[in-house]
Amino acid sequence: MSDVNIKVKDRKGVEHTLLAPTDMSMNLMELVRAYELEEEGTIGICGGMGMCASCQCYVLNDVDLPEKSDEEEALLSEAFHVKSNSRLGCQIFLTRDLEGLEIELAPES
Amino acid sequence: MISTDILIIGAGPTGLFAVFEAGLLKLKCHLIDALPQPGGQLSELYPKKPIFDIPGYPSVGAQELVDNLMEQIRQFQPGFTLNERAETIEKLDDGTFIVTTDRGTRHHARAVAIAGGLGSFEPRKPELENLEMYEEKGVEYFVRNPELFRGRKIAIAGGGDSALDWSIFLSEIAEEVTLIHRRNEFRGALDSVEKVRELKAQGKIHLLTPAEVTGLKGDGRLEAITIEKEGVSSEKAVDYFIPLFGLTPKLGPIAGWGLEIEKNAIKVNNALDYQTNIEGIYAIGDVNTYPGKLKLILCGFHEATLMCQSVYNRLNPGRKYVLKYTTVSGIDGFDGSRKEAEKAVVQAID
Repeated sequence: MSDVNIKVKDRKGVEHTLLAPTDMSMNLMELVRAYELEEEGTIGICGGMGMCASCQCYVLNDVDLPEKSDEEEALLSEAFHVKSNSRLGCQIFLTRDLEGLEIELAPES
Repeated sequence: MISTDILIIGAGPTGLFAVFEAGLLKLKCHLIDALPQPGGQLSELYPKKPIFDIPGYPSVGAQELVDNLMEQIRQFQPGFTLNERAETIEKLDDGTFIVTTDRGTRHHARAVAIAGGLGSFEPRKPELENLEMYEEKGVEYFVRNPELFRGRKIAIAGGGDSALDWSIFLSEIAEEVTLIHRRNEFRGALDSVEKVRELKAQGKIHLLTPAEVTGLKGDGRLEAITIEKEGVSSEKAVDYFIPLFGLTPKLGPIAGWGLEIEKNAIKVNNALDYQTNIEGIYAIGDVNTYPGKLKLILCGFHEATLMCQSVYNRLNPGRKYVLKYTTVSGIDGFDGSRKEAEKAVVQAID
């Protein structure tokens, strides 16, 4: 077992502390879906292919994250409600480095 | 009016495979889809991506799977109403249904199978004041009829394939095409990017990057857009503004058909036949939900198969039938074709 703790503020502003498995090749979007924090069909619509931006989130604290790929950067440039701390949850894989990460889900668009 | 046995709403893999299973039971199918081509998400979202969990295919391209399904159902001659969204449903006294699309096409069916996946794909709309007011009065989300744009001033916003492709296409017929994108980089096929670069050099496409459309103006119809480029705001006269920010699936009008909805999906009876709370309406594939539901293509195929058996029994009460194997009985197409296994011979060898 190698789980980390991640704080997620949902679209209603409610905070959740989630136990995130790091050995199941899951990403942040899937973690949010696994905990059913948002209604099905409103997050991770494309299934994590980096195509719909429905898993956009804002990173709230200073935790080392993998760099954005060109694809992620490009998709964010077409998404709505984008801020400087925006990321796509489906592009961030759950690793031990994410211990203590805090994110907020971007509004549905 | 189009008439069929099973009306399938959604022409994705599950809907397409349902045509095959229905065909084995001599039931005719017609499909409606909001997209211009069959294939659903596979063709629209990820045609070139491989799928690894189709039994028997270690890897198959999404579009390749759709092409194969189309080939597999060809002899059952399905009808298609494409580029139209199923809007209303009416149950007649004899238990049959009439489904009408947003364009007014009417379909009469003895059973309805909703295989709508995530829903119908709707354009993602930018947050602009009065956007709705100008829809179909200068703001368009699709290029359905290119002639509309002949000799006009067009502004296109977006940074993906469709923004690039439509800019290229419309540069031939429009008076002026301006492509506006928030970044300098575009995300699309290399060919398209090259072509836009070329057309820009020839002065046929005006490129505005990094820039954003921030306002719409006009008295009753779009006359100009406000563009913000690197902190400077300016106005530009246009006849049409086409924002192309991709498509997002919405359950849409189906949500108002009186079906039990849970988690943005349609509740079905999975112990039996994937029928909804309305007798004669089924839901199969990603659009349905039941305890333990998995949104997988292979589960959709299974659900489609059971749905067809149930429709047969419902339409032919008391008429005996037993499942047959295609290997044994072959396939008789509605087009008169027959496919069957080669027969073994019984002969002495001297």
